[in-house]
Amino acid sequence: MNALLLALARRPWSFSFLGAALVWLGAVLFTGGMGGGGMLTAAMALSVFAVIVGVGQMFVITLGPGNVDLSLPANIGLASAVAMKVMNGDDSLVALGLAAAVAAGLAVGAANALLIWALRIPPIIATLSASFVIQSIDIAYGRGLQIKPPPGFADFTNLQLLGVPLLAVLAVAFTGLAAVALERTVYGRSISAIGQNIRAARLAGIAVQPVRLFTYALCGAFGGLDGALLAGYFRGANVDIGNEYLLLSIAVVVIGGTSVAGGRANVPGIWGGALFLVLLQTMLNTFGVEAGVRLLLTGLIIVAVITAAGGEKPTG
Amino acid sequence: MTDLRATLRALLPALSFALVLAAIAALNPRVISYFGFTLMLNYAVPIALATLAQMFVMTANDIDLSIGAFVGFVTCVAATWLHDDPLFGAAALAACVALYAGLGALIYWRNLPSIVVTLGMGFVWQGLAVLLLPKPGGKAPDWLQAIMGFKPPYVPLPILAALLIAAVAYVGLMRTSYGAILRGAGGNSVAIRRAGWSMLKVKASLFALTGCFGVLAGLALVGVTRSADANIGNGYTLLSIAGVILGGGEFVGGIVSPVGAVIGALTLTLASTQLLGFLRIPPDWQVGANGAILVLVLAARVLLGRGKAQ
Amino acid sequence: MPEAGAPLVALDGVEKSFGAVRALGGVSARISAGECVGIVGHNGAGKSTLMHVLSGGVRADAGGLTISGETQDAYSAARAKALGIRCVFQELSLCPNLTVAENARVFHPAIHGFHWRRRAGDLIGRKLDEIFPGHGIAANARVQDLSIGRRQMVEIARAFTVTDAPARLIILDEPTSSLDEDTSAQLLAYVRSSVAQGAACVLITHILGEVLRACDRILVMRDGRVTVEDSAANFTRDRLVGAMGGVEARASAEALTHAASEAPIRVRIRPQKQKDARELVAREGEIVGLAGLAGHGQTDLLLATFDGRGIVGAPVALVAGDRQSDGVFPHWSISRNIGVRSLKKLKAGGLISARLEAALANSWRERIKIRTPDINQPILSLSGGNQQKALFARALGSDAKIVLMDDPMRGVDYATKLEVYALVREEARSGRTFLWYTTETEELKTCDRAYVFRDGAIVAELGPDELTEERLIHASFAGAH
Repeated sequence: MNALLLALARRPWSFSFLGAALVWLGAVLFTGGMGGGGMLTAAMALSVFAVIVGVGQMFVITLGPGNVDLSLPANIGLASAVAMKVMNGDDSLVALGLAAAVAAGLAVGAANALLIWALRIPPIIATLSASFVIQSIDIAYGRGLQIKPPPGFADFTNLQLLGVPLLAVLAVAFTGLAAVALERTVYGRSISAIGQNIRAARLAGIAVQPVRLFTYALCGAFGGLDGALLAGYFRGANVDIGNEYLLLSIAVVVIGGTSVAGGRANVPGIWGGALFLVLLQTMLNTFGVEAGVRLLLTGLIIVAVITAAGGEKPTG
Repeated sequence: MTDLRATLRALLPALSFALVLAAIAALNPRVISYFGFTLMLNYAVPIALATLAQMFVMTANDIDLSIGAFVGFVTCVAATWLHDDPLFGAAALAACVALYAGLGALIYWRNLPSIVVTLGMGFVWQGLAVLLLPKPGGKAPDWLQAIMGFKPPYVPLPILAALLIAAVAYVGLMRTSYGAILRGAGGNSVAIRRAGWSMLKVKASLFALTGCFGVLAGLALVGVTRSADANIGNGYTLLSIAGVILGGGEFVGGIVSPVGAVIGALTLTLASTQLLGFLRIPPDWQVGANGAILVLVLAARVLLGRGKAQ
Repeated sequence: MPEAGAPLVALDGVEKSFGAVRALGGVSARISAGECVGIVGHNGAGKSTLMHVLSGGVRADAGGLTISGETQDAYSAARAKALGIRCVFQELSLCPNLTVAENARVFHPAIHGFHWRRRAGDLIGRKLDEIFPGHGIAANARVQDLSIGRRQMVEIARAFTVTDAPARLIILDEPTSSLDEDTSAQLLAYVRSSVAQGAACVLITHILGEVLRACDRILVMRDGRVTVEDSAANFTRDRLVGAMGGVEARASAEALTHAASEAPIRVRIRPQKQKDARELVAREGEIVGLAGLAGHGQTDLLLATFDGRGIVGAPVALVAGDRQSDGVFPHWSISRNIGVRSLKKLKAGGLISARLEAALANSWRERIKIRTPDINQPILSLSGGNQQKALFARALGSDAKIVLMDDPMRGVDYATKLEVYALVREEARSGRTFLWYTTETEELKTCDRAYVFRDGAIVAELGPDELTEERLIHASFAGAH
């Protein structure tokens, strides 16, 4: 038993799960034990959306310092509108709508990649600028849109089996695939190599630039998928639907144990981080705390975690 | 040919400003007047101050993604505490500047990426602002409103203020002996350390300056709008970054220009608020236009040979 | 006025090792005010390490340092500066975004207050005028706008400037590397006059004419020790070269005619700075050495070959010399570090097969004798020499037919080196081509041929019978100056 505990403690993601468990416990104690199960179910469902974009953001962050995708919220908002418009309330068009949303996200990601490559802008600035442009496109495109998702699609996203959301199961499979890609594909190894030592990666024959650009495109695509699913779950698209996912996507990555210095991705930790943050929100809501406290706490936790983790060792 | 390019690069801020002004004048000649300038540029002062705030951290290769939220928070403090209890309000704002300095020290000591730290802080400031003022409201102190509403003879206030702000920042960063150290830290921090200077002090100082100018930006903004709103500063993060870049600054290397940054801020104020209106760009697109402007500016710099490989 | 009696600086039995490498094996030297001491030596002699110890950048493992009669226990860079020891190293320490005057201010905290810029500008301007008359450098010029030669001039002049503390000892490490002949002459003349007024100076340079002209005494270093020490008047070029290990008599440097290999050419590339028609040619199965003083263009040529410039007829892999910055992926296991160059061939059914990867790593572990119980251990658990072996395994385990070696055995223990040399010979016999940049003369003996580099170009080609230290040093230091 001790050996198991020790092994668990050494995993970088275990703290996030521990934190999630503690927070859940806190909330349950406050309500006198009521609704604990429901809380978990809701948390799992909500975590899905953070996890999907968390994986994309994780790939980007693993590329090394300075790599981050700030265009995710705008991307999600646009994709949600695209999905709803294409699906047009018709269950037979669900697949097409999903594809369209993913394509929209992919286009955003590709645009980011283009800005970074052609204009040699740092990723922060490129994605930040893109986010503003995407936001406008979304506002113009989705003007007055009140299209509801097709009923079948909306039900699907809200479906639960024995208290476990179907989306969560699918998301776990999704992250499993991501983990496999990270560990066992040339692409995944390339990202990790670039993040650890970009010069050594180049000298080891890795195609650095194409891998970077592809990663931004991929992150965009995941954002598109997320937008479509969010629109289904919340039964409608809107511009702001993705707003909290900027910090969330980065937070789940950081809290989950991925190194912000690059090169060390941590897939299970994303779930731990997502559950922790979602349960935190639930707990705060249960305590009846105002919206501002949640923002404040999330921000403080991020700063605390990154401070504890520290940055790259300085050279010289 | 290279000389021409170099000259164009140096004049890019002023040229852009002239271009935008000319476009506005062509579309609506009546705005070229004392009243017109005052109206068009009334947001220029807070934007210029926020741009300078961003410039200070960029001097040592950092970035502040929380400046927008911070400015919003300051407006809330100004419209509540500062109005009701000036001493307490002033103390709170001073504490914010001290916090910024502490962040700079923390970032140096733990070698943290400023992206993540300031992103987190952005949500801290936003949370605090929403707690202080859940809905837009409050009342800006009378003296602030008076300052921002002041009508000097001949020269519109925003232009006068911009000149003053640019002069102060220019002298402080570019002319003082310690300003040279601050800038040197962005160019070669190892050399600065070897020469015996404390990098911890440098980082803390730069972040403190950012906090200071952020406070001033918030105060100026609330003086113009008269009441506060937690979300009012949200666009300032991108605008401030764009302003520094448009003004000739770089993301790394300690190359910044206070005068250019202020001109850049003026240009962006005109472009993002006025020009788009005159061009009849629908409000839906105005947000995006800000992003597009930044992209255009960066593209111009690459074409003029300034872009560095990332 | 030069003081009689106690020297300014006294080094006694200074030792310094970096891991397995002994950089200084007990160096004793004296430097007095009013003299210029020259230090010469080939690669690995220990010149730079000695200067880093003297300037406080590196702490010696053993031995004493006495400055002006005071033993230095808690020595540091700050202390050195306070005692008046200045140094100009090859890595320039100017802030490129600041002006010349501002850089002077950075160096002198004492310059502040009103008109600091003018005072700093005057200070550096006067010194530049003194050392390099007609320099044409404006005090308000931004350093990044200056040519590399002018930057070096600014850095040198700055080291001689004085505000509150006097400059008693100035260390110049290859100060003329970017200066033209006239400017170099100006510098040397200034060194002489500065020394005549009581300063002490240390000059490290590979240009033997300079050290003979400008120095009062010369120390010749070799393998971490001082081999010969004498007044400059008693040295000639030949004696210096001989003391470093080269032949005393001049040998001809004609093109060699030996039985040329008939194997197909794999690499054909000319250095960018090459003025004549010489180029580097390497054939299948050859081990071609790149020699000469460190940092004279060998790495650049290797990187150019890696990037495919010139004629490169087969896949290329590179074994990095600076493990930390160019080679090792610190978060990965040994196995992953080895496999990273061969990912495509480790695939089974679309995904990288753990089995194949482990097989590759284990086969190389045995072949190159990497000391580890388990190839899944993190790479940083290995000793430096074994890490280097893993980097070799990475290159050799790939499909590359041309292997570039960027001085990879530097700092590696002797036993490991022997194992690697044997492996390289074996691989060459089976048809691989090796381009081996090495700063250790011993390693040249493993090569079939070698090209000697100087100032970015090939100056000599040594055939199989000529791969001796004597000929190498001679070729490295040959030249009009």
